[in-house]
Amino acid sequence: MESQIIIARRIARELKSGMLVNLGIGIPTLVANYLPEGLHIFFQSENGLIGTGPPPAEGMGHPMLTDAGGRPVTALPGACTFDSAMSFGLIRGGHLDLTVLGGLQVDQHGYLANWVIPKKMVPGMGGAMDLVSGAKRVIVAMQHTAKGVSKIVKKCTLPITAMRPVDLLVTELAVIGFPGGRATLLETGPGASASQVVAATEAELVIPDHVPEMALGHA
Amino acid sequence: MQTVSLENSVAMIPNGASLMIGGFMAVGTPERLMDEIVRQNKRDLTVIANDTAMPGKGIGKLVAAKMLRKAIVSHIGLNPETQRQMMAGELEVQLVPQGTLIERIRAGGFGLGGILTQTGIGTPVQDGKQVVKVDGKAFLVETALRADFALVLAFVADYLGNLGYALTARNFNPVIAMAADTVIVSAQNIVPVGVISPDHVMTPAPVVDYLVTNS
Repeated sequence: MESQIIIARRIARELKSGMLVNLGIGIPTLVANYLPEGLHIFFQSENGLIGTGPPPAEGMGHPMLTDAGGRPVTALPGACTFDSAMSFGLIRGGHLDLTVLGGLQVDQHGYLANWVIPKKMVPGMGGAMDLVSGAKRVIVAMQHTAKGVSKIVKKCTLPITAMRPVDLLVTELAVIGFPGGRATLLETGPGASASQVVAATEAELVIPDHVPEMALGHA
Repeated sequence: MQTVSLENSVAMIPNGASLMIGGFMAVGTPERLMDEIVRQNKRDLTVIANDTAMPGKGIGKLVAAKMLRKAIVSHIGLNPETQRQMMAGELEVQLVPQGTLIERIRAGGFGLGGILTQTGIGTPVQDGKQVVKVDGKAFLVETALRADFALVLAFVADYLGNLGYALTARNFNPVIAMAADTVIVSAQNIVPVGVISPDHVMTPAPVVDYLVTNS
């Protein structure tokens, strides 16, 4: 299975009925594809929509109904629209139950860097800093390594996104939590052993006696 | 509120002016005003907006025509030309977290000196800013933003200037309409007074200075 799909299917299990959830661009967007039928999630797009639905059928799009990447979407029954101040009031005011974001680095204390590679990639932070600072729960979805180098590091070398540590990190090899501010291996990826995870990880990981293999949300 | 032709609305904007422009990745940006600014060759503009859109769309048209001296925005990732001009030192870009940006504009329009926020604490966004403690928590002081002009796209405007917006094209528009000395509105539909029910007016007429007539 592709690593992105493993990550998305594992994170899908964290979504519960009734939650207000914001999915970032990239792997996080895929999470919506792996939810069990009947689960009712309020998906927020930070450009001003709750009730974001899948892309429209051919010829049924509206140029003023888009997601945060500017792509056409649909609105589900019960959707509502609002301005950017309301949108970030929802995010910063503690109303957003969960945000799922991509990452460039996560360090062993749970700090996330995901908005800039100085002098190389300067896209701007968009809503990322507000989301990490303000959401009730923050999950990072990212591949474990980039070009063979661990993205889970002892200390972020890239500028961090917020002083607030993330709650959960999901890669294709591991689910990592940060109880007491220490990166802890909670689950291993399909077919991976704890020692394989340790070998692929720069950060120091706490390894409990029993580490189960991750269960995936439905395909 | 006065009505004004497209040409005359942009003629009011001097070189060097600061503009707040509605839109999110060009959705909700008054494209007619962008095209007319390019046609009238305005220079040295400061733009305050969510993003610089993408090449060929919305604010991206002003970037491509090198009309901006400074951009105060949250995101430039979809516009390589903005990044190129920034790296080359031709365009000053101030990157601001999106929620902080919209709240600074809101503060400017609501008569507040600024806002206190936890967003940006411990990151490069904090550089040079005052930190205050409230109930034991640290907050950044983020100052209010205002501009000379707000360029607003409404879905519907009535003859008095009451405005409504559509779907995700609302975004920054009603907030910037409060925060500029002169508010210029381009509306997709201009309708008689009363067509917009009072509960559905999102920007009240008295804050609108000019409504651009439709051709």
